Amino acid sequence: MLLSEDDRRLLRILSEDTRITPEELSLQTNLSVDYITKKIKQWEKEKIIAKYSLLINWEQLDTDRVTALIDVKINPQRGHGYDKIAKRFQRFPEIQSVFLLSGNSDLCLVIEGRNMHEVAQFVSDKLSPLELVESTSTRFILRRYKEDGVEFFGEEKGPERLMFTP
Amino acid sequence: MKKYLAHVAQRLPASGAHEFFNLVSSMDNVISLGVGEPDFPTPWVMRESAIYSLEQGQTMYTSNLGIFELRQELSHYMSKNMSLNYSPATEILMTVGASEAIDLALRSLVEPGDAVLVADPSYASYSACAALAGAEVRCVPLREENDFRLQEEDLQKAYTSNCKVLILSYPNNPTGAIMERDDLLPIARFISENDLIVISDEIYSDLTYEGAHQPFAALPYMRNRTLHVGGFSKAYAMTGWRIGYACGPEELIDTMARIHQYTIMCAPIAAQIAALEGLRSGDMAKQEMIMEYDRRRRIMVNGFREMGLTCFEPRGALYAFPNISVTGLSSEHFAEELVKQQNVAVVPGTVFGSCGEGHIRCSYACATDVLKEALERMSRFVSQFDIG
Repeated sequence: MLLSEDDRRLLRILSEDTRITPEELSLQTNLSVDYITKKIKQWEKEKIIAKYSLLINWEQLDTDRVTALIDVKINPQRGHGYDKIAKRFQRFPEIQSVFLLSGNSDLCLVIEGRNMHEVAQFVSDKLSPLELVESTSTRFILRRYKEDGVEFFGEEKGPERLMFTP
Repeated sequence: MKKYLAHVAQRLPASGAHEFFNLVSSMDNVISLGVGEPDFPTPWVMRESAIYSLEQGQTMYTSNLGIFELRQELSHYMSKNMSLNYSPATEILMTVGASEAIDLALRSLVEPGDAVLVADPSYASYSACAALAGAEVRCVPLREENDFRLQEEDLQKAYTSNCKVLILSYPNNPTGAIMERDDLLPIARFISENDLIVISDEIYSDLTYEGAHQPFAALPYMRNRTLHVGGFSKAYAMTGWRIGYACGPEELIDTMARIHQYTIMCAPIAAQIAALEGLRSGDMAKQEMIMEYDRRRRIMVNGFREMGLTCFEPRGALYAFPNISVTGLSSEHFAEELVKQQNVAVVPGTVFGSCGEGHIRCSYACATDVLKEALERMSRFVSQFDIG
């Protein structure tokens, strides 16, 4: 689907601030409130806007939570490629994301759990035994510096801006 | 000491509203809409290339004109974006900000007794540099009813036979006005008829939000009468690096380069390297900043109109220039009371010339939430006046 420049701008502003109202969007883009409301409804229906989500900086909270990236090598099935196994993976609520990759491994899964043990258990109990899974390699995220374009460790504060410049 | 100081330098005003600026500087928790520079840092790709160049020990002088690859890249940029062809070898000079280019141009063109036409209101350096070069400054009013576009008839009225140079600046600081091709054609005709040279400061050219920017030198017969001045400060958020440029006829660039050679030597090498990277790969970051300014521009103008002020629609640069005369206060008094009562700092229009009276310059180069807070406070301030 080709996006017009206006629609691209709308989606961009929305992706930065999902709480923005159609009225505010209209002011910022010069598009009518009607047009914006219709577009948003259409995108929601077509799952182009798939979810309004929140980015939490878990680094700042003292919670039990680990994220792992699991590289999975697959024996692809004749006639199905990787789709069948990928669809099976995506049903597990523990698995946050499923990506098909180029390179050494085939699929990359993002898994969240309360601790490393829980994730390891899930991999050995649920993933590795699957017939099509040839091998897995688990890497835990130790620290998040930047996610979804947001820097969690901002730049050091520089000299203050002048109050007036010509 | 005073008796030793040159008269021309002594006569330069310290700044248009010295006492007001001192007052603001002494206050805490002020939201400033007075800043004429982007609030973004320079895009990381550009900063990174400068850091790498320092690691590699690239800390020497460059050619007086600037690094050749940078002039080449700039020549491509001018050709692609402005439809103007300048030889990187002889017609482009890299300067310490666009301000140096304006100073060099005036010193290259003006002799005692010559006059320079300067729009009023305009960026305060034009008159100062013209005066330092020994010129008589002749002001040409820009009027709100003409959307602050320079009119031929006003030029005609200000013109005297000793006029040699017109300084033009669109998109405009402080008004945010732009001039389109049809607006500029009568000005170009006037320039030809009166045998004038134009210094066209187009530092805000990339920050044009509606319509395409019209470079003055690209108008018929204007290339050889125009010095095109630009820079990286605004569009690439590089104010502190001090890097600008001038493109123009070879003889003018050559003369400017001679003054530059004896006074400055060359623009800072790290700034030139970062600018080169900007031209090569900074476009995406630049476009993102421009989109963000455009959003804020709409929020600001709408805010002024909602509080009952008339605000001319700024279509370029980083500023809105609302009319505050309905409050009955002068520009300076308005700015002073606003900062005292609501801790919001704006620049009185008179800082940019007497025709700026009745206006304030507000920059939207600040985060959206800060901007909204400033507008709310201004609205509270304005509501005490009976402005119907």
